[in-house]
Amino acid sequence: MFKVDPSRIDLAREFRAKPFGRHSDELQRILNFFRSDPVAHNFCVVCTRPHQEWALARFRATSREPVDLLGPVYGSLEDAEWDIFKLRWRRHTGQALEID
Amino acid sequence: MIEILGYTDRLAVRPGETIEFKVSRETGAGPYRADIVRLRCGDDRPGGPGFQEELVADAVVNGDYQGRKQEINCGSYVNVPPTAAFNALAGFELSCLIWPTLPGVGEQTVMGRWSGECDEGTGYALSIGSDGKPCLRFGANGRIWRLVFPVPVTARRWYRLTARVDSKTSEARLLCVPLEERWGDHPVVPSSARSSIKVVTETDTPFTIAAHLIRDERRGWRGAGHFNGKIEAPELRDGDDRLVARWDFAQDISGIAIRDTGPHRLDGACINLPTRAMTGHNWTAEVMNWRQRPEEYAAIHFHEDDLYDCAWDTDFTWTIPQTLKSGIYAARLCTGAAEDYVPFFVLPPKGQATAPVAFLASSATYLAYANSHDHYEDPVAERCHGLAVLSPADLFLMQRRDFGLSTYDHHRDGSGSCWSSRLRPILNIRPKRALWSLNADLHITDWLEATGQAYDVIDDETLHKEGLALLANYSCIITGTHPEYFSTAMLKGVASYLDAGGRLMYLGGNGFYWRVAFHEELPGAMEMRRGEAGTRMWTSEPGETGLATTAEPSGMWRHSGYAPQRLVGVGFISEGFDSGSFYRRLPASHDPRAHFIFAGVEEEIVGDFGVFGGAAALELDIVNPKVGTPAHALRLASSEGHSNVYVVAQGEVGANHPGMDGIESPLVRADMVFFETLKGGAVFSTGSIGWAGSLAHDGYDNNISRITRNVLERFIAPEPFAVP
Repeated sequence: MFKVDPSRIDLAREFRAKPFGRHSDELQRILNFFRSDPVAHNFCVVCTRPHQEWALARFRATSREPVDLLGPVYGSLEDAEWDIFKLRWRRHTGQALEID
Repeated sequence: MIEILGYTDRLAVRPGETIEFKVSRETGAGPYRADIVRLRCGDDRPGGPGFQEELVADAVVNGDYQGRKQEINCGSYVNVPPTAAFNALAGFELSCLIWPTLPGVGEQTVMGRWSGECDEGTGYALSIGSDGKPCLRFGANGRIWRLVFPVPVTARRWYRLTARVDSKTSEARLLCVPLEERWGDHPVVPSSARSSIKVVTETDTPFTIAAHLIRDERRGWRGAGHFNGKIEAPELRDGDDRLVARWDFAQDISGIAIRDTGPHRLDGACINLPTRAMTGHNWTAEVMNWRQRPEEYAAIHFHEDDLYDCAWDTDFTWTIPQTLKSGIYAARLCTGAAEDYVPFFVLPPKGQATAPVAFLASSATYLAYANSHDHYEDPVAERCHGLAVLSPADLFLMQRRDFGLSTYDHHRDGSGSCWSSRLRPILNIRPKRALWSLNADLHITDWLEATGQAYDVIDDETLHKEGLALLANYSCIITGTHPEYFSTAMLKGVASYLDAGGRLMYLGGNGFYWRVAFHEELPGAMEMRRGEAGTRMWTSEPGETGLATTAEPSGMWRHSGYAPQRLVGVGFISEGFDSGSFYRRLPASHDPRAHFIFAGVEEEIVGDFGVFGGAAALELDIVNPKVGTPAHALRLASSEGHSNVYVVAQGEVGANHPGMDGIESPLVRADMVFFETLKGGAVFSTGSIGWAGSLAHDGYDNNISRITRNVLERFIAPEPFAVP
């Protein structure tokens, strides 16, 4: 079973610098792992202003139900990806990512 | 919140023909404004080419209207009109075979003659209760009586369900027996009890299978209590054990008619596109197609979320003026700050071409993706696409499954969706939405407008109906970015066009991939089966890859002996939705035969820009001589540098193995290809959905735009191409 090494802050920095596109193999493994959660209660974002604003949200038990907005809003999808990356990092490593 | 939306009775219309617009104001009664616009570009992202529309100021339907919410009645069933034979049933026996797929989710009516809600209606019905237990239900004068079988049914298992009522004693008997015993089964015995109420039915109530009915003020009746699963061989006998009706679902499988083989010929009809040609209880696996042994395909799979036609009232109609230019149009609906665009295609007059080139709108593919949920419901979606980004339309459709599914979706019972229909609002065939489907294709019309090229618009469904005749008058046909779904008639039409010397610009990726069919009796209904291979969100059940409408094998065209490479030189190899890349020219791009393509293009790397991060993006195609790329085809350029989100498509390899991603596998690339055909024709293929997303870069002055323009100018020139 794959586990995220919490000491590999360099991989988190790599993602922060370039959330989309070609990644190192080690980062890609983390992304594949993070992005394997089932839909139930998984994170998503809701576009609240077209091309300008996205809100952090979470699915309920099924995707037939409304999603719940969690509060944070972002000015770019890159920021949203990064915030959720940090949330998952904490969940899977037990440690917060202390980088912006 | 989606406040207003609509659809038309047709997607393609010609001058002189009339199109109907049907609108629902989801917030209730109130005014709205409608205007006809010509769509040029739907990409409203900052930094993109920008949303561009042109008001058809003299359209007589432009104006203010009074709207209201219009309802949708989804869910499939069989309706048998009321008849005297049903009236005389003092005692009776109901029986059928069932293969339930969603037991325990609400009370689901298997068959009967019932009007009203389950708990207050009138009539008799067999059902599966909300606890999964079979049930015989009587209703009269506001009273309900139930006889419940104590053993709940299990999903995806065949049972014989029988209920008998003695008219003299009012004794009722109910039995549900699995057709094959399994380990752990316990013996079952019939449940019986004396009914406390006398069975009555209302003489105008139809007999139904897979639902019961509720009176509807506007339409007479609507289905309710839909059964999810297969039903086979429903039968009704009277109190003296004489056959009243025995419906044989193995007859007329390709249509909507349901044939009664009993003495009264009480034929019925399918409502809302249940899936026919389903394997029955007796399927032997000796045949894989219903045409060979229809008696083994005597089951119909019903779903509560099937939908053919919203059947909304028409708000306004428009007869297309003879002078209206061919193009992609929409009715722009506005109420307050809310808006919707209801698109349609205005074709040139039949038999005429008003421009040398036609853009072939991929209406079959648009239908395949219609109202899809897969971009957040598919378990691998986030790994392929990144974070699920939900638009207002997504949030709306998540809870409004009555708007019907795409062929990418699963029904609520987990089975794959085989049907799509255009007779409903389709929220992802719209401008200002994700750059996919119609909205991505508007990049092509935008580029044609920007370059001053006159063009006609034609579409898949009309190609299916008219074949070569639709194409024959054009010097060149341009495809959309993703012409993925083709019927046999469509494919033959394009192949015949090329054989006759036509020129084809395939400006997309993953084209000509799935084999589909259109319903002969229900306009706008398209059927497909995912088969057992190919990049797909669901897999057909064993034996169910044959289309009900035509009995053709569905699935990949490649498996019907017509790989995309045979038509356009390239075929699907990989997809990734993170970031695109560029093409690098190959020696063949300097071949004299290709000089016209690269005239004025000095760069060796092309397409390293665009809305997708590169012109080679999203879904990619490559050559493969083994399955049809012509030997003389020039592979002009190939993309490189794709990420490891891209992997070699499952249908292209015998077994998954390490080294299949975009970093390691040399197969993960898009090939740009040119070749000459018979009688002076030619094909140019880009092998990438993302190509059109680069056309507008730098004010349409870039090497992708230049290459596209070079090809188009040569393709509409009369000089024939010579096969080398």
